[in-house]
Amino acid sequence: MNLTLHIWRQKNASSPGKMVRYEVKDVNPEMSVLEMLDVLNEELTLKGEDPVTFEHDCREGICGCCGFMINGVAHGPQAATTTCQLTMRHFKDGDELFLEPWRAKAFPIVKDLMVDRSALDRIIAAGGYVSAPTGSPQDANAILIAKENADLAMDAAACIGCGACVAACPNAAAALFTGAKISHLGLLPQGQPERVERALNMVAQLTVEGFGSCTNIGECEAVCPKQIHIEVISRMNADFRAASRKSRKEPYQDPSEFRRWSFGLKS
Amino acid sequence: MQLDSKIPSGPIEQKWDRARFEMKLVNPANKRKYSIIMVGSGLAGASGAASLGELGYNVKCFCFQDSPRRAHSIAAQGGINAAKNYQNDGDSIYRLFYDTVKGGDFRAREANVYRLAQISVSIIDQCVAQGVPFAREYGGLLSNRSFGGAQVSRTFYARGQTGQQLLLGAYQALMRQVDTGQVKMYPRTEMLDVIVIDGRARGIVTRNLATGQIEVHMADAVCLATGGYGNVFFLSTNAKGSNATAVWRAYKRGAAFGNPSFTQIHPTCIPVSGDYQSKLTLMSESLRNDGRIWVPKKTGDSRTPDQIPEDERDYYLERKYPSFGNLVPRDVASRNAKQVCDQGRGVGPGGLGVYLDFRDSINRLGEQAISERYGNLFEMYERITDENPYKVPMRIYPAIHYTMGGLWVDYQLQSTIPGLFVLGEANFSDHGANRLGASALMQGLSDGYFVIPYTIGNYLASNKFDKVDESHAEARGAVENVTSITRRLLSIKGKRTVDSFHRELGKMMWDFCGMGRNAKGLEQAIGKIRELREQYWQNVLVPGGADDLNQSLERAGRVADFFELGELMCIDALHRNESCGGHFREEYQTPEGEALRNDNEFAYAAAWEYQGQNQAPKLNKEPLEFEYVHPTQRSYK
Ligand SMILES: Cc1cc2nc3c(=O)[nH]c(=O)nc-3n(C[C@H](O)[C@H](O)[C@H](O)COP(=O)(O)OP(=O)(O)OC[C@H]3O[C@@H](n4cnc5c(N)ncnc54)[C@H](O)[C@@H]3O)c2cc1C
Ligand code: FES
Repeated sequence: MNLTLHIWRQKNASSPGKMVRYEVKDVNPEMSVLEMLDVLNEELTLKGEDPVTFEHDCREGICGCCGFMINGVAHGPQAATTTCQLTMRHFKDGDELFLEPWRAKAFPIVKDLMVDRSALDRIIAAGGYVSAPTGSPQDANAILIAKENADLAMDAAACIGCGACVAACPNAAAALFTGAKISHLGLLPQGQPERVERALNMVAQLTVEGFGSCTNIGECEAVCPKQIHIEVISRMNADFRAASRKSRKEPYQDPSEFRRWSFGLKS
Repeated sequence: MQLDSKIPSGPIEQKWDRARFEMKLVNPANKRKYSIIMVGSGLAGASGAASLGELGYNVKCFCFQDSPRRAHSIAAQGGINAAKNYQNDGDSIYRLFYDTVKGGDFRAREANVYRLAQISVSIIDQCVAQGVPFAREYGGLLSNRSFGGAQVSRTFYARGQTGQQLLLGAYQALMRQVDTGQVKMYPRTEMLDVIVIDGRARGIVTRNLATGQIEVHMADAVCLATGGYGNVFFLSTNAKGSNATAVWRAYKRGAAFGNPSFTQIHPTCIPVSGDYQSKLTLMSESLRNDGRIWVPKKTGDSRTPDQIPEDERDYYLERKYPSFGNLVPRDVASRNAKQVCDQGRGVGPGGLGVYLDFRDSINRLGEQAISERYGNLFEMYERITDENPYKVPMRIYPAIHYTMGGLWVDYQLQSTIPGLFVLGEANFSDHGANRLGASALMQGLSDGYFVIPYTIGNYLASNKFDKVDESHAEARGAVENVTSITRRLLSIKGKRTVDSFHRELGKMMWDFCGMGRNAKGLEQAIGKIRELREQYWQNVLVPGGADDLNQSLERAGRVADFFELGELMCIDALHRNESCGGHFREEYQTPEGEALRNDNEFAYAAAWEYQGQNQAPKLNKEPLEFEYVHPTQRSYK
């Protein structure tokens, strides 16, 4: 099949970008969208043009590297599928595809379809963990966890951190991402001791990073390639409310400058 | 070069305890005076960096992805082994040790493997304490499955996403350290050289992939946890970015390369569908627990599978290996698939595939039960192939998956460059000539959480460190080396893309240094690789410049290293005149077509030493002694 692509080209964060039109011929329906871009990039390279930059690594839907908007939908038309796993079977001869990067204040564009999602790492750094230093913890089977809870925790933990939820959200909120981590740990006994602080600190970091607030629109759940359920957001909200009542700590100090240092963003 | 494996004396069960006791300790108040570089944030790197940070060392951690959470470890599906014996089915540390040495076809170091089996137990405890959501039974206990040719159920798993969950556990521990400032994280940063001063590793040269900036980082010790090099074959199950540059450049600075040709070919991958193909997708080996592998008895049978009656099907693994059947180790399963396809009995496009059929288990257990076990894998298969495996048997074919070879390390995980430690898939240590399923995750975490924290302390406490900085001549030399490679690649402006060269190299490696190898083919391959490499340096086309984000340039540097590594792999495969594990030399096989080892001449680890550009590398041998598991011909019949 032959297709017309309109791709966002932008040299770097400080230069302006624009949509550029490309024609691709003889696209094999078995290819993934990324493989189609590989073919385009080979052609561009041979023509002496700059190939299209996009993030990717595992190409099997698990690392969370890939992703851009395809005709306005994060990761494209197929539900529960990352861009790298989306095959061209879902398109037909003559289709026009508009490929654009995730757009959110918290995700500055790096180049073309690639954005900087390090804000998501800083949200985890703010509290998305259990403090269990390497050592000799108790025997693994000494902690009993009802299968139901283990399964729910796993559903939430399946998040790949791709950022599609942010890109799809009209508020550019990262509630599904943050809620997923808060749910994963909050559903397990190991996550209880730090539950209060985790909710307070992670939610505070959301604001520091410039993500919007969640207004329960649900676009995030619709595009999530791992089908994270929107109920993780209600769990986050419940934890945050309970934490705000319980916490006897000083209000959250903004550590963002320090975090930028330890992420190597600032020397 | 003198290879000293530093295996502690004493009975095998006491070696690690003894070593830990004998190792020097760094006083807690002094730890903050030491700096450590960790290149890599996969299971080995993230767990190592987090643990070293917790101890109080100043750690810098590097990865080339935009986040440490995206390291290739994330893709591991099936599970992680541990000798917990929770299932009361006869497992023990000794049995895991025994299985791993035997599975590695007697080409691994016994002491290392025993330590790995011992530590496996603590890994599960550690991961559960972090909140890794392993699969559970209704009573709340952990669930296990049998995996990859083991006759006991010792594999822990988190659906089909075990690597993801283990990595997120380690990543979260790492992020906690980053937030305290104990670890400084450098994502989107690629290490391009090691700085060796007075014979010791004292730093690295990196390129910031977003800005192109070349930087020097100095430290008291350097760890590489940079993963495997399966992508030398172009098509593999590895993530696209996985590469050999870190280990290769360390090799060129004096770190010996252990058993480079030992490669694992995984039997259950989705077959290649076209020339545009960019990578191969693994279907978890756990599928072999319930799927039956077969091909038609007749050659060139073009009927659809449902039209081939039972007595015209050859369930060749069940036929040849009655006691292990479809669960034979990976090397055996892969080789047999190649054999039946070479006989013209392969299925699917190009005849490069065999069936993995769930019909009988669906009839026995019901579709529901199969979907509970493998639902996500079946969906993934259908997403890629557009075929429904509940109705039509899956088609699978072997693909490059893992590299047992890697930088040679001693018992302390130290390479032949003092102060350069190597962890995880990047080292050569524990799997011999074939790795058993679910044991790479175990090794990565063992190295990172439980070995390096001790052994690096011993190194730091035993040496004095002069202050060195980036103005040192060796540091400047390394920077010059890196910039000159970049400059050269950009200046060629030839007519062929990096990928087109890489594909051609990969095809050669697959044809001559893949599942079946022979002296003639390998000799030919060495010549062809050299020729292609020359062409590469004259005719490659790398667009763009050095001073901003340039993915073609990143790949060009990695492919340049793959050429040299590919040649060394062929040299290693050619010198080893025996078959063992994944290294199958067609000249050396039993009458039944199984791998025929030659323990008299080849019971050693080959450690290759760099001698300079276009010079033949020097072979050093570490003899392997088997005091506990006596070498036998592996039999899975
Ligand atoms: C599809 C698949 C499924 C698998 N399933 C299983 C399984 O079920 N069980 C099992 O035990 N094993 C499995 N394996 C094998 C296992 O996943 C790997 O061997 C293991 O995860 C390797 O971990 P690692 O930490 O050594 O390296 P990796 O996870 O590969 O990490 C390498 C790190 O090094 C960084 N890096 C590399 N080079 C540089 C450089 N030059 N500069 C800076 N950073 C660099 C990368 O950014 C990355 O952070 C599987 C492998 C694959 C491909
Ligand atoms: S490339 Fe890893 S999820 Fe798409």
